[in-house]
Amino acid sequence: MAQANNQFGYLRHPDQDRVAANAAEYPVVVVGAGPVGLSLAIDLAQRGQAVVLLDDADRIGEGSRAICFSKRSLEYWDRLGVGDRMVEKGVVWSVGKIFHGASQLYQFNLLPEDGHKRPAFINLQQFYAEAYLVDRVRELPAIDLRWRNKVVALESRNDGVALTIETPEGAYRIRASFVIACDGARSSLRKMVGAEFSGQVFEDQFLIADVKMTAAFPTERWFWFDPPFHAGRSALLHKQPDDVWRIDLQLHPDADPVHERKPENVRPRIARMLGHDKFEFEWISLYKFQCRRMDKFIHGRVIFAGDAAHQVSPFGARGANSGLEDAENLSWKLDCVLRGTSPESLLESYHIERSAAADENIRESTRSTDFMAPNSRQEARLRQAVLALAKETEFGKRMVNGGRLSVPSVYDTPLSTPDGDAWCGGPRPGASMPDAPIAGRSGNPQFLTEAFIGAGTGFTLLEFGNGAAVDAPDGVNTIRIGGDDGFADATGLVGKRYDAEPGTAYLLRPDGYIAARFRRPTQPLLEAALARATGFN
Amino acid sequence: MALSTSSNFAKPDDAFRAVVEAHRGLTEAQSADLDAALVLVLANHIGDIDVLREAIALAKRRMLEASQQQQQQQQQ
Repeated sequence: MAQANNQFGYLRHPDQDRVAANAAEYPVVVVGAGPVGLSLAIDLAQRGQAVVLLDDADRIGEGSRAICFSKRSLEYWDRLGVGDRMVEKGVVWSVGKIFHGASQLYQFNLLPEDGHKRPAFINLQQFYAEAYLVDRVRELPAIDLRWRNKVVALESRNDGVALTIETPEGAYRIRASFVIACDGARSSLRKMVGAEFSGQVFEDQFLIADVKMTAAFPTERWFWFDPPFHAGRSALLHKQPDDVWRIDLQLHPDADPVHERKPENVRPRIARMLGHDKFEFEWISLYKFQCRRMDKFIHGRVIFAGDAAHQVSPFGARGANSGLEDAENLSWKLDCVLRGTSPESLLESYHIERSAAADENIRESTRSTDFMAPNSRQEARLRQAVLALAKETEFGKRMVNGGRLSVPSVYDTPLSTPDGDAWCGGPRPGASMPDAPIAGRSGNPQFLTEAFIGAGTGFTLLEFGNGAAVDAPDGVNTIRIGGDDGFADATGLVGKRYDAEPGTAYLLRPDGYIAARFRRPTQPLLEAALARATGFN
Repeated sequence: MALSTSSNFAKPDDAFRAVVEAHRGLTEAQSADLDAALVLVLANHIGDIDVLREAIALAKRRMLEASQQQQQQQQQ
């Protein structure tokens, strides 16, 4: 099986020599070195926080698992210094096709416009993503990554958490002001805080087979309803790097998992799909899934992110991507609280924003799943009607649901300053910043997302030149478009995507979401918006 | 826009008849298939989710009440 560099050694840490009463103390301990925990640790370290990152294994998990990483995730990884590696290795795609039976129903393009640094999606095996993140972690001395360190007990206190950690050489304790649980769907920390994790269980079983073969299929996402090679069920085909193809087959609810996952039983199905059997198996996995989330993502000083906090069906690439959005949402807030520049109540906005996003992801992926696996005869009949109508109507095509792919949520949040001016476009407060092409003073082309990284890690004022620059509040970076010293909007796309007029300004949060926007920004307006966005209101 | 329940057809009998005739000669399963497609086509034509929800609520309430009344009459 293809794997990236993946084996890491356990190393004894001096903390293990301390007696429990004199346990080492840290501002942040992140539990779980998957994509979410690794990204969060990197983000915090880049903001100047020292992070202890614990993982109970000593290797990166096997199998491709998550494979679709969204534009939003790539933009986040750009900020963490790993975007290029991900995109260089990944398979770039933006087109999806939906088939019914043997014929194509329609196709869609998830990024139909130019002028974005990153594509709609890349496909990349999760183990590559994790390996690149681990490499980045190793460049950051502020992160102390400890393999084979398993949290076995947790004591919550008003001002922190005491953790008991088991290692190959016995247990030890550390204390943390905050613990971030990124320990996955079967989170043991979630059990330790006694949180509920209930939701809807889906009865249908799906078979994932990653096969290695050379094939001339285009790099598109192909989804079939009732294909000739898999009558009555659905199927998905998707390309990954290294000539590996993800095949996802819906099985009958009563299919016997032991029987179904045997390679000799999987092989004929796939051969029927591909029309040949010149392929090797990389990974076979059978799964059922649940859609559920924790009621509260914050339990005292223990904060949950990623699959530990919420789980969705895999159709829509909303698992890993939403976990990464959790990380980008949480890290700057936690940094502000640890620095004492924001009240601890700022963290509550993490729960508000990300639990609403989880609800949206659960809603979207549940709808996709119900469309693929109707729950009753009447539901099947309605789906049949949609598929039949899709052959000749646009509205029917748009109702066909073969997975609605992850897009960032728009937050209704106390951190946003409601619009006071008139807008007829552009991202509203609570939305994420759209990318656009810009040019530097020497005419060198770049992207707005790059200028955002160049401006620094804090809040940023995106200003459209109109004479003298506005005085940004202390500590707020600026990106100026137009004027004598600003970036040029050569294509006009920045102005268009931000509905800008001379003088327009957007206050961007450190995670690239819009905090406020003004036609005529003034110092008091900006100060008030900044105060609100940092938890003072 | 609210759901309109005043009579919108100049000749309501023509509208009712058109739907009835569409089902003539169909098996029960085919009729159900036709209804499913028809509901979706008409819902899209309305193109207003609030109106659609109102329509669903009205239809559901009337159907449930009607079937309850029928049951009560049978018991009497």
